[in-house]
This record gives sequence, C-alpha cells and structure tokens, in this order.
Amino acid sequence: MSVHLLVDFGSTYTKLTAVDIEAETIIGTARAMTTVKTDVLEGFNVALSKLENAHPDMGDITAISACSSAAGGLKMAAIGLVEELTAEAAKRACLGAGALVNHVYSHHLSKKEIKALKNAQIDIILLAGGTDGGNTECILHNAKKLSEADLGIPIIVAGNKDAADEIEDILSGSGTEYYIVDNVMPKLKKLSVKAAKDVIRQIFITKIIEAKGIKKAEEKTGEIIMPTPESVLMAAELLAKGYEDEEGYGELMVIDVGGATTDVHTIGEGYPKRAEVILKGLQEPFAKRTVEGDLGMRYSANALVSLVSPYEFKQYYKDADEDKIQASVKKRSDHVEYLPDSEEEEAFDEALARICCDFSMSRHVGTVEVVYTPLGNMYYQTGKDLTEIKYVIGTGGVLINHKDAKKILEEVNKKSNKKLELRPQAPTFLIDEMYILAAMGILSQKHPKLALKLMKRHLK
Amino acid sequence: MATVVIGVIGADVHAVGNKIIEHVLNEHGFNVVNVGVLSSQEDFINAAIETDAKAILVSSLYGHGEMDCKFMKENCVEAGLNHVKLYVGGNIVVGKQDFTAVEERFKKMGFDRVYPPGVNIEDAIEDLKTDLNLS
Ligand code: B12
Repeated sequence: MSVHLLVDFGSTYTKLTAVDIEAETIIGTARAMTTVKTDVLEGFNVALSKLENAHPDMGDITAISACSSAAGGLKMAAIGLVEELTAEAAKRACLGAGALVNHVYSHHLSKKEIKALKNAQIDIILLAGGTDGGNTECILHNAKKLSEADLGIPIIVAGNKDAADEIEDILSGSGTEYYIVDNVMPKLKKLSVKAAKDVIRQIFITKIIEAKGIKKAEEKTGEIIMPTPESVLMAAELLAKGYEDEEGYGELMVIDVGGATTDVHTIGEGYPKRAEVILKGLQEPFAKRTVEGDLGMRYSANALVSLVSPYEFKQYYKDADEDKIQASVKKRSDHVEYLPDSEEEEAFDEALARICCDFSMSRHVGTVEVVYTPLGNMYYQTGKDLTEIKYVIGTGGVLINHKDAKKILEEVNKKSNKKLELRPQAPTFLIDEMYILAAMGILSQKHPKLALKLMKRHLK
Repeated sequence: MATVVIGVIGADVHAVGNKIIEHVLNEHGFNVVNVGVLSSQEDFINAAIETDAKAILVSSLYGHGEMDCKFMKENCVEAGLNHVKLYVGGNIVVGKQDFTAVEERFKKMGFDRVYPPGVNIEDAIEDLKTDLNLS
C-alpha cells in the first residue's frame, strides 16, 4: 500500500488528506490550527496524529506534497500602463498564480503610490507596460522609481521587450532582486501570462515560503510546490477538461469562501452566447481566478460589513440591528477560529457567506452594456459570459460545514439588480464535502487521473 | 518602423476597407495595430498608448462619422497623445456633401488630415510618410 499525503497549510487550518494510490481511495482527512507564529510543524504534527489515530492501519506514507496560503498567503502588486490593458494583464497573471492583489497601478508611479507600496506588506511586484515594440517610456520610468525606492522585494518585469535591456541596466546595479520574462501583453489585448506565472511560483517556492517561516515544514513534507489558490485552480481545470479517457465535467465554477478572502475560479471560454453581442476588452484567461480581499468570514468580516448598509444587510439577515451586527462582527475578527455557538450566530455566518457569494460573483462575471447608436441598440460584453456554466462547486469552511450550503450558493445565480451581469443561470450545485479540492490540485501534479476520479466521486 | 493604429469607429461594421488599409500599410513597412470594426474612441486611444503609435487612422463608412469623432482630439490630448497624428477617411458624413466644407469641419475638430470617399489609399500613405518624416 502506498499512501500519498497531501498537505495544505491554510491561513487558519493545516489540512491533511491521505490518498491510497493503489486502491484509488481517500483514506481520510484531518486538520489542526496552523502554527506559523511558533513552528508550522507543531500544527502539522497534531493533524498527522489525528489522522493516524483515526486510521491506525493506514500504512506507510510514501510521498508527501504540500501547498500553502499560511501567513497571509502570497501578496503581490501589479503595475502596468493603461488600466484596462497591461495593468489588467499584470493583475491577471498574479491572480492566476494564486496571489492576492490589493495594489494595482497604471501609468507613471507617483511618490504617493511608491509610499503605499512601501507600507503595504507585499511579497513580489509584477511590472508590465507596453506591447512588444510599443511604449517603453512608462515602464522605464517605473523601473527607475522602483529601483530608487529599494523595497527589498523581488520585481518581475513582464513588459515591452524593447525596454528589457535598459531595465536590466537600471536594476542590475541596484541590489534589487529581479527577473525579466515574456511580456504579459505582447500584442494589443493578447494575454500571455505563463512565463510570469512560472517565475511567481518559483519565487514563492524558493523565497516567500522561507520568509514566512513555512520553509521549515519542508524537512517533513518535501517541497511546498505552490500557493493554495493555484492548486485549487489546477483542480478546477482538471475537473473541467478531464484527463485521457476519464471525462471531465465541462465548463464550471469553484467558489471558495474563506476566512480572509473569497476566491472564484471559472474554467471556460465565456464568449458571447448571442450573435448580436460584441466582445470588448482584454482577452480573458480560460482558467480565470478572481480574489476578493474584502470578502471573508473572519479576518475580513469588518471590511465585508462595511460594504453593505444596515438596510442592505437585512436582505441577507432578517432581524439585524446595528449593534448586534457590530458585536457579531467583532467576535469574528477578534477570534478568527470562532465557530457559531447558537442558532443566531449560525444565521449570521450564513448571511456573511451569502454576501461573499453574491458580491464576489458580481465582480467575477462579465457584464453586458447596451449602447444606443444611430442604428439602434448594440450590446457590448466585457468579461466572461458565464450564463451557461454547468456546475458551481462550493468550498471553504462555512460552505462545507453548513447543512444547507446549496441554498447559500443560490446567491450565485440570483438576479442582480445592478447591471446586466452574466451569472450562471441554471447550474448544478456541488459541495466539496471532504474539503479536498486544494489537495487534489497538488495530487494532480503526479497523479492527474486519480485526482480527477476522486473529485468526481467526492464532490456532491 | 513606425506603429499606426487603424480601425472603424462607432457602431460601424464595414470591414472590407479596414482590411485593405491594414494590408497596404503593412506592404509599406508600417507596424499596424488594427482595433477592427465597432471601435470606440477609447479603444483607439488605449491601443495608441500601449503600442506607442505615431498616428491613428480612423475609418467611418456608415455616415455617422462626425458624431463618433466628436472630441476625439481632446480625448487624445487628455491621454497624453498630443503628438499623435490623427487622420480620418471613408464616407465620413451622410450622403454627398461639399467636401471642402466637410474637411474644414473635421480639421476644426483637430484632425490633421481628412479624406474624401474614393481616395487612393497610396496617396494617404505618402502624406503619412511626410507627416512622420519617414522619407
Ligand atoms: C458592403 C457594404 C455594406 C455591408 C458591410 C459588410 C461588411 N461587414 O463589411 C453591410 C450590408 C453590412 C452594410 C451595412 C450598412 N451600410 Co453599407 N455599404 C456597403 C458598400 C456597398 C461597400 C462597402 C465596401 O466594402 N467597400 C469596399 C471598400 C474597399 O471600400 P471602403 O469601405 O470605402 O474603404 C476604402 C476607402 O473608403 C478608404 N478609407 C476608408 N477609411 C479610411 C480612412 C482613412 C484615414 C483613409 C486615408 C482612407 C480610408 O480606403 C478604403 C480602402 O480603399 C458601400 C457602398 C460603396 N460602394 O462603398 C455601402 C455604404 C458604405 N453603406 C451605407 C449604409 C448607409 C449602410 C447601412 C447604414 C445601411 C442600413 N440602413 O442598414 C448599414 C450600416 C451597418 C453598420 N452598423 O455599419 C452607405 C453609407 C452612406 C453614407 N456614409 O452616407 C454606403 C456608402 C452605401 C450608400 N451609397 O448609401 N453595408
């Protein structure tokens, strides 16, 4: 019997999944609080003994692989020239690599922006700007400013290749760690993020893990191969596409409501579904991830509640009065491991989760805009049309532990009164009941077919 | 070689001339960035910024060019593209109008060159080379 142990060092919990490779089954899962502040291995060991106690005849662990979003995960800043073009392309590269991106800047970096970068706790900067052969002036300006600012974090340069040599001259003497890779937007509106994503992952594995005190875990777990959100995205892509003769589910969406963020992943082209709709804007990635740093159940509960007025909050939670809301929020942001201990608090969590689903969906899906022209109405689509998505899969603590999780997920296809949002219309809802999606993403690196089979068996 | 942005402005779908212009400019060694039909002013302008274009060639065939091109120059200036040459051509107004008056109106709007229907595109390219000091 050979057991492959999959480890996810999460922001709150360290989660283990043991897979029997020959029998093609999940032996069991276990979790314990993540312990980055002292020694990550403490939490890991607690979880491991839980797992071993529950499955005494589990057999020898022959392989371990891990991913991590502990200690704040991977935080990046994206910089480009035009907001809707290279700045957006840079942001998408970061998101696709599993990063949280709260700082996106376009055009010339100002002193104020540099200061914000200095004060923010960012792990890596991605600097883009200009198509190949296009504008070099802006990215050169920004490279100089960043070099002078001496932020002490790696800079990935993925902009106009015509500027590469000069940027090398600027950065090479500065002591800044830098990487020059292919342009994220080599041609107008053409997205090309693979090279940037690869180097982000490389830096994450070699440097970021170390800086956050998670590297130590590698003594036991072998290399931590990627940020957790990237493994979820990989799992989703595998589940959609299938592998060899094992069929996939087709276009799908994963929504991950966490303590700090809500992540939405969709796998699908998202092209307009009607002939009269015209597609606008930068090319969309086939596997698209967005992450909302202000939508989370615990760390971000404060930010979340400030997004809605008490009046709006009532749409999600009937008998809310303002003091009660504040008290419940405080309880959650002060004690991130808090679990609801009354029916009221359960209902409150449910309300938060609904808001996470509803708002993150608004920000993820494409929209259609009606333009009144001399020749009548025309329809312009920006972003992805996800109306025909077949499956919506819910994951993350609240959804998994909620008895009526599919009800919460229905927020996803609720009619929005804001604009013409292209949300899934009649998807089948599935729940990641065993909390294995991230684990299956890591497993898919070595055993894609098995990972696919296990997902198909256990997502219900 | 110099980069130029071309496209058809507004709700206009006439695609044939646009393809021909792309082809001929390429033949003359220009680096052509084609934003295609149904393009807004913003599409032209954003493309010109990222690609460092030296000129924008706007086409309008369906008769509503004057409306679609309003404030295009102002918007270019706003976006830092003061130096970028702005041309327009096709069937830029409704029906057959006295072209001298049409040209004057578009020049007033800030277009550097304005072309009548049926212009030989090769002639416009000669103008472009002159304006960009390429020959
Ligand atoms: C084919 C065609 C269509 C096709 C287009 C198919 C397609 N996807 O391309 C269809 C049937 C869709 C169509 C629709 C309409 N059309 Co139509 N169409 C034509 C037609 C017959 C030929 C256009 C063409 O392809 N010409 C060949 C190309 C090579 O020439 P070109 O487009 O003029 O471009 C050249 C020059 O103009 C110049 N040029 C163009 N832009 C620029 C820019 C610069 C800077 C320079 C230097 C030069 C330059 O160089 C190009 C290459 O040589 C013309 C009539 C005609 N004979 O021109 C009418 C015509 C353009 N259409 C016309 C109209 C009114 C319409 C409609 C509004 C009709 C309606 N009521 O529904 C719709 C509009 C649809 C829309 N949203 O755009 C009118 C426009 C009248 C006006 N400006 O006052 C025209 C002139 C017919 C007419 N005489 O009434 N049309």
